[in-house]
Amino acid sequence: MEFLQQLVNGLALGSIYALIAIGYTMVYGIVQLINFAHGDIYMIGAFVGFFAVVKYGLPFLPTLLLAMLVCSVLGVIIEKIAYRPLRNSPRITALITAIGVSLFLENVVRWRLGPDPRPFPELFSVKVFSLGGVQVSNVQLLIFGVALVLIVILQFIIYRTRIGKAMRAVSQDQDAARLMGINVDRTISVTFAIGSALAAAAGILVGIAYPRIDPYMGILPGLKAFVAAVLGGIGIIPGAMLGGLVMGVAELMVVGFWSSDYRDAIAFAILIIILLIKPTGILGKNQSEKV
Amino acid sequence: MLKINNIDVFYGAIHALKDLSLTVEAGQIVTLIGANGAGKSTTLKTISGLLKPKSGNLIFQEQNITGKAAQQIVALGIVQVPEGRRVFPSMSVMENLELGAYLRKDRVAIRDDLDRVFTRFPRLQERRSQMAGTLSGGEQQMLAIGRALMARPRLMLLDEPSMGLAPLLVREIFEIIKEINQTGTTILLVEQNAHMALSIAHYAYVLETGKIVLEGPAAELAQSDKVKEAYLGGRTN
Ligand SMILES: Nc1ncnc2c1ncn2[C@@H]1O[C@H](COP(=O)(O)OP(=O)(O)O)[C@@H](O)[C@H]1O
Ligand SMILES: [Mg+2]
Repeated sequence: MEFLQQLVNGLALGSIYALIAIGYTMVYGIVQLINFAHGDIYMIGAFVGFFAVVKYGLPFLPTLLLAMLVCSVLGVIIEKIAYRPLRNSPRITALITAIGVSLFLENVVRWRLGPDPRPFPELFSVKVFSLGGVQVSNVQLLIFGVALVLIVILQFIIYRTRIGKAMRAVSQDQDAARLMGINVDRTISVTFAIGSALAAAAGILVGIAYPRIDPYMGILPGLKAFVAAVLGGIGIIPGAMLGGLVMGVAELMVVGFWSSDYRDAIAFAILIIILLIKPTGILGKNQSEKV
Repeated sequence: MLKINNIDVFYGAIHALKDLSLTVEAGQIVTLIGANGAGKSTTLKTISGLLKPKSGNLIFQEQNITGKAAQQIVALGIVQVPEGRRVFPSMSVMENLELGAYLRKDRVAIRDDLDRVFTRFPRLQERRSQMAGTLSGGEQQMLAIGRALMARPRLMLLDEPSMGLAPLLVREIFEIIKEINQTGTTILLVEQNAHMALSIAHYAYVLETGKIVLEGPAAELAQSDKVKEAYLGGRTN
């Protein structure tokens, strides 16, 4: 029973990691950049949600959509200002810039709002259902539902729409995509927008599930989602989903059966193991295929 | 149809094209031949807007296209079949063809063109749901050409379509290029296989280290001693 309970809790946490990891992997797939500011976008999503609820009294769905919108615009702006000028520079330059953007976002939020954690307002009163001895809360069901809907929409966009085809084409061969008449810059902007919107959704869900938010809340989940993306195979979207779920479950199994002191360590243990055994990730081929 | 006037193109400090001029007359097959590293691909990339010339200009149908973005060039009807095919390996044959028509909105006409491509390349129809990366070299070349046709090009640029193909396939590809030209598409064909290229082209240019060194009607160039010696392996016929 304890195992099943931790599995359910782990899948809920893992769904959140998966939403963040998808953004990492999409951006990597299209511009080969590890966007270390991605965790901070998630943090900002949580804060947008905070103000939407506290200041404007918005209910859940408008809050979610607003945070996704704000963060997608932010993601597009960051790409345009910080990363696009470096597109032809060595990768390490862009990577260091991404770390700079991350510190910038954390410190702007800290400067404007202070470093102290704030309680995320209660949008739902938590109800717990017991299913054959396993406790499932309405918040967990909400997390599963939102993650599922977003992932279905994402799959639809990527495989069924014109912009989705453009995204896949750019990630596979940028110059060939240009020769098809695809506007590569715009396609990259859309990729950042979608990835950032998913991170914002994760931020809102975390605010609801673990209701304390602060300017540095993005660091650890960001790193774990990055590990999840690498675990699944960086650049591969289903890999990021799988990696996120595995990370969430692994973390809560450690909490349940060992000690919560090691819940963060497990992420890095997984990273080390995957880099030693299969650096291309679970779903990665030798030549890692993207988006 | 296309006029390139005195362009200079650089890769950093490397001066890849030097004061290059050439003209492609509407309705013709024009070929640009030259050894590896002569600057043939650079010329096509510049026409397609992937590279910008430092000086000189390009005029397409009375319109200055110098410095235009690649998607604008495609929209004007200049479509390239790049060196090494460059099909999208993790997309199906069908999706590759659809991407060829990326800028088009006329759905009905796109369907017609798709049927036409499948009629011309029945192998592609058989394999339409297969990933492009799993096709053979010849099939990938057909896909790359089919994908370009899906854009309804006025001017098709082909970069070494015979590269790495068996002689029988080379013949087939050249036959197809001739047919495409006969149905009204102007062609600029880049080749190292000078013999084959000269046999189907109307007009030809010879490129050496970024400079045009020789030009003329293809049939005449094929007979010139210089071309025979340097590009046709000293053949006498
Ligand atoms: N991306 C590049 N960076 C630097 N030099 C290049 C690049 N691409 C081509 N060159 C150089 O430009 C010259 C012309 O190359 P290219 O146009 O590819 O020749 P071709 O297609 O005739 O074989 C060569 O000397 C080549 O080394
Ligand atoms: Mg070449």
